Amino acid sequence: MSSASDLVGSCFRVSSDVLGLLIRALKDDGYMTIGPRKVAESIQLEVIDSVDDLPRGWGDQQDAGSYRLVRRSDSAYFGYNLGADSWKKWLDPRRKLLWRAKRDGESWEAEQSQMQVPRMAFIGVRACELAAIKVQLRVREVTQAHSSSPDAQSSTLSAEAPAGVPEEPFLVGINCSQAAATCFCSSMHTGPAFGSGCDLVLTEVINDDNHNFLIQIRTKRGAIISSKLPLLPSIEDDLAHIDRQIARVSDSQSRQLNISNPAEFFSRRLEHSHWDDVATRCLSCANCTLVCPTCFCSTVEDTTDVKNAVAERWLRWDSCFHLDFSFIHGGSVRSSTRSRYRQWLTHKLGTWHEQFGSSGCVGCGRCIAWCPVGIDLTAEVKSLSQPTQ
Amino acid sequence: MRRRAQKKLAVWKFASCDGCQLSLLDCEDELLTLARRIKFANFMEASSAVVRGPYDLSIVEGSITTPSDAERILDVRRRSKFLVTIGACATSGGIQALRNFADVKEFISIVYARPEYIETLTKSTGIADHVHVDYELRGCPVNKHQLLEVIVAFLVGRRPNIPAESVCVQCKERGTTCISVAQGVPCMGPVTQSGCGAICPAYGRGCYGCFGPKEKANVDALVADWRLHKSVSEDQTRRLLHTFNAWAEPFRSAGSSPGVEHIGKDLRD
Ligand code: SF4
Ligand code: SF4
Ligand code: SF4
Ligand code: SF4
Repeated sequence: MSSASDLVGSCFRVSSDVLGLLIRALKDDGYMTIGPRKVAESIQLEVIDSVDDLPRGWGDQQDAGSYRLVRRSDSAYFGYNLGADSWKKWLDPRRKLLWRAKRDGESWEAEQSQMQVPRMAFIGVRACELAAIKVQLRVREVTQAHSSSPDAQSSTLSAEAPAGVPEEPFLVGINCSQAAATCFCSSMHTGPAFGSGCDLVLTEVINDDNHNFLIQIRTKRGAIISSKLPLLPSIEDDLAHIDRQIARVSDSQSRQLNISNPAEFFSRRLEHSHWDDVATRCLSCANCTLVCPTCFCSTVEDTTDVKNAVAERWLRWDSCFHLDFSFIHGGSVRSSTRSRYRQWLTHKLGTWHEQFGSSGCVGCGRCIAWCPVGIDLTAEVKSLSQPTQ
Repeated sequence: MRRRAQKKLAVWKFASCDGCQLSLLDCEDELLTLARRIKFANFMEASSAVVRGPYDLSIVEGSITTPSDAERILDVRRRSKFLVTIGACATSGGIQALRNFADVKEFISIVYARPEYIETLTKSTGIADHVHVDYELRGCPVNKHQLLEVIVAFLVGRRPNIPAESVCVQCKERGTTCISVAQGVPCMGPVTQSGCGAICPAYGRGCYGCFGPKEKANVDALVADWRLHKSVSEDQTRRLLHTFNAWAEPFRSAGSSPGVEHIGKDLRD
């Protein structure tokens, strides 16, 4: 038999039952399998044990400020687009203990928290989400390089995550079979076609009497797992089918974001009258940054217990929409909603390029759908392109 | 060397339901430990033994609704080094501040057999309208963990971890699907300060605003969305905004004249 690595780059056809075998194979290999689940009225990314946990037959309808789960006419496993959850919550938990100190008489003994990061397999990663994961890893790389500079190391207990970067998660991608109305990955060049980085990419194919998956093997890790599955050779039209699907999904996207020179675009518009307009609508509630798969800001919280015997430092998600976010000696730099919205948009779409070498936006549309008042960054950018009033 | 004298804590009640003070008694597991670090010098709900002031930390519950209470709070302030108000009543006048929108004399004549016995102010107001307040803890009632946090932070001299964020942040923290977006339920969470742990949305109910307006609460924009996308009438809007924190701006004026005229044009298109 040929070695597993020979499979890299090839495409196979499997019946939909094989999805269950894939989940089992990943679990047998010691991965914690995480994938979509219907929780309450949305699809969330949770630990899944078997194919029965997947939201089979569910789809979603999204628009600015609105998300509804809907029953599909077929029994697709991946017939939804995206929920509010992103993989960020697994890569960068909402709350994380950094260190704990215990009192010993008059002195304190501190210990760095040893958080065990499990080996994770993400099942059902979309193209834009893969792009977001890559942005996140890049942010981690840059910020950690920064925090290990001699200056930042003066403290033995840094605010950064404990050492021991976990193995990169095993990524099972899924090609989108339709775009949500909020999607604009096409204009961000983050989808619908996958960039490199997934171990496996699935395409769900449902015909009248057949429910199959096409499975594209992208890495050696992916090949080893796939070699445990009953693979059937793909037929010639399969790859063409994938291309047609991607083209259709791309063409169907009506939202777009095109800024040719982001740094200049925003630096020329810092006093644009439209920031005032959006400030009359924005609630500074922070939903947009919390659902955004790339927003990474966090704050540290120091706690002491009632006995004054244990002190802890926690890292928790923060947002530039919070007043305390820009708190420095004497007060907050960004107290108005106008300045906070401007910070979010100019960082996300503008200064991010300079800082991390890409846009901070992958066009997933989460911030549009999950903004309680439906503020849409693509529309705001359009308005900002108009002359100031 | 003499041990530093134990700090003294006093709890004061004004017009209120006692629910917030009860949150302190509710800290069953921590109460005895706390009592070793601070003297409960004046806490009538727990003990009738009163130690004289001045007090290092005064916790004030309730709103000011009578002329004598307006006097009494001045005295409490004089005897307190650090004064913390707890709950919606003490912060913004509480549910009883609904009287502020009506004619209190009329109420009295309807409710009481002998109205002349009743001496009351026309408005129910928060403590900060009368004296300087060092810290306000929100909630109706307050969250007992936050109350403990304020006391413990006071004892070690650090800033309490009480984020001035929206309830939405706690929805996201506990993994609740936003019911405003996913079910079209009008929810006050985006304009309400966190602290409760986002309980109501987790059970499918819109936030009631118990913790009062968050900083920079843009109530008008939220109301505009309710009107345009969630078919919430003017009357329903008033009922949503005018509850426990009715007298707190901007709930107060937005509930009195729920209008959408000045909200960004895009929203109305
Ligand atoms: S843009 Fe929307 S989600 Fe973001 S802070 Fe403003 S109102 Fe909240
Ligand atoms: S800014 Fe909005 S559309 Fe862009 S990646 Fe973040 S959530 Fe998605
Ligand atoms: S947009 Fe705001 S919350 Fe997001 S990464 Fe930038 S500063 Fe942080
Ligand atoms: S349910 Fe309410 S409080 Fe929770 S995120 Fe949605 S709007 Fe905010």
